[in-house]
Amino acid sequence: MAEAAKEKKLPIDDKVHTWPHLVRLEFLVALFVMVALTLWSITIDAPLEEPANPTRTPNPSKAPWYFLGLQEMLVYFDPWHAGVVLPSLIIVGLMVIPFIDINPKGNGYYCFKERKYEILTFIFGFHILWVVMIIIGTFFRGPGWNLFWPWQRWDPHKVVALTNVDLPYLLGFRDYWISAVFSLIVIGAYFVITIAGFYWWVLRVKGQEFMERWGMVRFTITAVLVALMLSLPAKMFLRLVFNVKYILVTPWINI
Amino acid sequence: MDKNLFDKIKNDIVENQVWKAIFRHGYEDTPRNRVLMVTANVFLHLHPAKVRRHGVRMRFTWCMGGLTFFMYLVTVVTGIYLMFYYRPVAEYAYADMKYLEFDMPFGMLMRNMHRWSAHAMIVFVWLHMFRVFLTGSYKPPREFNWIVGVLLLVLTLLLSFTGYLLPWDQLSIWAVTVGSNMARATPLLGNEGPFADFVGANPIYDARAFLFGGGEIGPHTLLRFYILHCIFIPMVASILMAVHFWRIRRDGFSGPSL
Repeated sequence: MAEAAKEKKLPIDDKVHTWPHLVRLEFLVALFVMVALTLWSITIDAPLEEPANPTRTPNPSKAPWYFLGLQEMLVYFDPWHAGVVLPSLIIVGLMVIPFIDINPKGNGYYCFKERKYEILTFIFGFHILWVVMIIIGTFFRGPGWNLFWPWQRWDPHKVVALTNVDLPYLLGFRDYWISAVFSLIVIGAYFVITIAGFYWWVLRVKGQEFMERWGMVRFTITAVLVALMLSLPAKMFLRLVFNVKYILVTPWINI
Repeated sequence: MDKNLFDKIKNDIVENQVWKAIFRHGYEDTPRNRVLMVTANVFLHLHPAKVRRHGVRMRFTWCMGGLTFFMYLVTVVTGIYLMFYYRPVAEYAYADMKYLEFDMPFGMLMRNMHRWSAHAMIVFVWLHMFRVFLTGSYKPPREFNWIVGVLLLVLTLLLSFTGYLLPWDQLSIWAVTVGSNMARATPLLGNEGPFADFVGANPIYDARAFLFGGGEIGPHTLLRFYILHCIFIPMVASILMAVHFWRIRRDGFSGPSL
């Protein structure tokens, strides 16, 4: 009897032949998309503006729509950071996902419960940050990269008061060296607090045993990436609420 | 029509040396022949001969990976058509676009399909990545294939970006200017980036100049982007796609353990 019960649990083969089951589906979907694409292309023409003229800069000059999230980040960070460092970190951060995620569950099926935080983090980074920034850059930015509602007329002479000041100045520091030291402390504190907070949070939610299995290397990489990802909404908050231009100002870099 | 006559004609076509040299087997519905259909066909053998039932379902795959590849094929076919009429020279490029749109048979349609399928490819590849994340399909043993996928995602964006310049109109040069200005700010390697002085980067000798083939966007940039767009990136992407598909075939479709 025991033997028979065991036999029932053995994996049953749930495989089907690629021909016709998969090939048929691929063919039908390709056909459908081809028809849709053809109809779309007959109806809507690709844009072609006047000939290239390097002496006439349009206002606003927008990057292709899929890079508008990066261009939108330029509002909050300098180009070396928003245009080079953060995109590189996005690519590296995506690549390390399989190595920092050691949860063996949820492999090959949809499941929210077993990997709640992984999925929420991805949705936050991809849908909230990346896609929303693209939408803002595409539909809500007009001349001078100023904010306009989609139904508003783009007024190239819109006057926007420049009220942004650097964080140390806002807090009353006037001396360059004191400001710089204060700024470095603020940035250092940001990373210490987010990484320590992340450590505490992982311990509370996942427990000591998980932390040991996870290991220091994985934890550090994840914590730094999380801190950097959250630095974008943090800087946006400082800018939009307190008009903070930079946190750190040096002759070489501004953050 | 006489049934026998029809069968006889069909037999004459199918049962001779030439036909049999090309097509090794017919549509006979046997398990053996179903496997042969896939393994004996160079295109279909991208697939494994058998796949797990749930991996076929659209609500599992969203068909996004396959459609991304399909959009790539559409851009290749329409792109070759466009290449016959387009010269990547600043004097001619824009005029060739007009020529292509108004004089070439199906020129406008081919251009539209090329552009919209390129945009669709980007949307599909993002959705594909999202789906693969949701199903946890990057987990062992498929970690490396996720990395290849991220590289392909970057290449898809670069393909679209390099193609953006080619119409040589106001939209394209300024979009590419804005998009490439960031290279100017690369730390150490860009002339406006931090610490550029230590390396000696200047406007005609830095990361952006390397990308542009000169200090400003110009005819040299057009040729450079054309070659990147039509030869270099598609070549690299094709190799990575081969690796990507091969790995799926070796590791099988992800799915719950039985």
